[in-house]
Amino acid sequence: MTNATKGRQAKPDWSAVRLHVVTGKGGTGKTTVAGALALALAAGGKRPGDRRILLVEVEGRQGLAQLFDAAPVPYEERRVAVTPDGGEVWALAIDAEQALLEYLDMFYKLGPAARALRRFGAIDFATTIAPGIRDVLLTGKTCEAVRRRASAGSAHGHGQAQGHGHDRVFAYDAVVMDAPPTGRITRFLNVNSEVSGLAKVGPIRNQADAVMRVLTSAQTAVHFVTLLEEMPVQETLDGFAELRAAGLPAGGVVVNQARPVVLPEDRLKRAAQPGGLDRAELAAGLAPVGLADPETVTALSELATEHAQRVLLEAGQREELAATEAPLYELPLLTDGVDRVGLDLLARELRRQGAA
Amino acid sequence: MNGAVTPLELDRLLDSADTKIVVCCGSGGVGKTTTAAAFALRAAERGRDVVVLTIDPARRLAQSLGLTELDNTPREVPGIDRSAGGRLHAMMLDMKRTFDEIVVDHADPERAKQILANPFYQSLSASFAGTQEYMAMEKLGQLKAQGDWDLIVVDTPPSRSALDFLDAPDRLGSFLDGRLIRILSAPAKVGGLGAFKLLAGGVGLVTGALGKILGTSLLGEVQSFVAALDTMFGGFRERAERTYQLLQTEGTAFVVVAAPEPDALREASYFTERLARDKMPLAGLVLNRVHRPQADITAERALSAAEQLSNGKAAKRSGRGKNGSEAAGNAGGSTGSTGGNGSNGEGGPSEDEAQATQLAAALLRLHAERVVQSRRESRLTGRFLANHPGIPVLELAAQAEDIHDLDGLREIIARSA
Repeated sequence: MTNATKGRQAKPDWSAVRLHVVTGKGGTGKTTVAGALALALAAGGKRPGDRRILLVEVEGRQGLAQLFDAAPVPYEERRVAVTPDGGEVWALAIDAEQALLEYLDMFYKLGPAARALRRFGAIDFATTIAPGIRDVLLTGKTCEAVRRRASAGSAHGHGQAQGHGHDRVFAYDAVVMDAPPTGRITRFLNVNSEVSGLAKVGPIRNQADAVMRVLTSAQTAVHFVTLLEEMPVQETLDGFAELRAAGLPAGGVVVNQARPVVLPEDRLKRAAQPGGLDRAELAAGLAPVGLADPETVTALSELATEHAQRVLLEAGQREELAATEAPLYELPLLTDGVDRVGLDLLARELRRQGAA
Repeated sequence: MNGAVTPLELDRLLDSADTKIVVCCGSGGVGKTTTAAAFALRAAERGRDVVVLTIDPARRLAQSLGLTELDNTPREVPGIDRSAGGRLHAMMLDMKRTFDEIVVDHADPERAKQILANPFYQSLSASFAGTQEYMAMEKLGQLKAQGDWDLIVVDTPPSRSALDFLDAPDRLGSFLDGRLIRILSAPAKVGGLGAFKLLAGGVGLVTGALGKILGTSLLGEVQSFVAALDTMFGGFRERAERTYQLLQTEGTAFVVVAAPEPDALREASYFTERLARDKMPLAGLVLNRVHRPQADITAERALSAAEQLSNGKAAKRSGRGKNGSEAAGNAGGSTGSTGGNGSNGEGGPSEDEAQATQLAAALLRLHAERVVQSRRESRLTGRFLANHPGIPVLELAAQAEDIHDLDGLREIIARSA
């Protein structure tokens, strides 16, 4: 049984998780799902401000700003949405170069050397070309946000002090990462092995080890977004296998853009064959509304065939996904496009199905 | 879509002997690989001698092209129609092997061995985000130089941004040939003339800081990599530039692939602007996975009809009206098809009617949804075209099933024409 068909459960599936990594093949809507998950996790507090979620992006394309229809997010945590019950979603676009400078400043107090590094292209080298370093920086900043404690005055590193509904232990109840696509996710998260061939000792190694402690713990879950199509499903299966082999914690599967099934099962099988739908029956059904002309009957039976083929294909792909042995959540296709109303709808679905 | 759109004349593009290279660009997940394969097959079956360079194709698509292993050499695709005199070769890019080949070709054997064994090189060649783009360009340059085909169709790496294909090679090239590399290899030369003292000071600062960040062993590996690469200085950037120029020549046609979705069209828009700025020839936009309504009924009409049917059904259940008999007569007359719905037998006519009504209502709702989606897609496409007027467009319909054989590839184009 999939979670899509069961009702709201007492306890969400990932209540112990504080870092939700959301991956998916390009075009499956992983940014949308990450946003919906953040909204879902932010809901459910007793008082406004009870729940606070940080949504981070690591690919520098300002997808979160577009998703929430906000101005581009600088390298700074900003509130982008509030749920009806007062839960907050904050967003941060992590920039590898800024993260490196911040890191250098924090640990080495490099000052003029940092400027020289930049001038000679070393920062650029470290953040865009040197393999692995960029990933250590991006995951490192994310893990810092996961572990960050709420300080007395300000819960945030960048000075947005404000009062809280309760005494929080952590600055954020959970962090949701809009992560790189499925094909790269294990390499991205497995920073340890990525830098191990390069940095056997030294600061990068220490940083990588610290990051890995968070990523391999039960605090983390990697969720896969997929469509019920062959390629994304195959990538999801491969992704799960790779992730598990690397000892990283696999989360759930979110089937995005699932289509409603409009025909009963026995009819689906027949309709899937071209011309398999009973035209006479369809014409009889359409007659009372004056639409039983042959063109319409032909067009609608073709539509039925297409729908039936699609649904059967999707059913097959859904079965394939069972091999992941992960909880499955299904989100409907938003035919009108994704806006805040649509996001809220997806967030409610995720909560209802127990994903948050 | 409306009449103002210029259609992309695909066959003319593919048939023309002047078209030597077709590059399929676009953001990840829009169907670039499939589009590239479909174009290549079409061109080959219309008589061209074609090679298609694919990057990371789906397993079954690769199989259908006869690509069972990643061996970095073009293989002839079996099962194509060769009656027009064309041929089709296909290959999958192996970026690591392509990189290794450049090293072997350009360094003496001893140096090459050093480079290939260097841990820093191994990471760089296997994982740097831009390596795939650089190597795709490199491979394109090689295929072109080889001269065995009269048309090369190129798929581009599945990066988030279509621009990466154009930018990454230069980034890698400038790093490999750049100032930092020279600095890293500089310590050997320090201690010379006074004029270099200042530079040497800067160098010390930089290498010192890099050592702190990277750890001295990694820095050592980078430095020995750089020293071994010394003979190839200038080579990488030059090669990237040469291929870049190839993309600006007459015989190259760029095709931007996009799904009618905001993200994909935004990427397509950036890419279109970039091509214009760099004077690269854009042949057109391929709109993939377009939904078209089959019936000419508005969404409003379909929904209200469905509503009516659903309400009517309730009425019929309580007391059957004459609607039913009228419908049955109509059905026989309008379609002249198989003899009734006798198979449902014992449920009686009211059960059959209810089922027929339910079927009709469900399909009308499905149709309405399709119309809404199609309208949204047209609106998004219209907005793109308003910003980029005159770009020829080829629409490819959304397929109900995944494509995994040559027939499926043929079908994509056939259905668009």
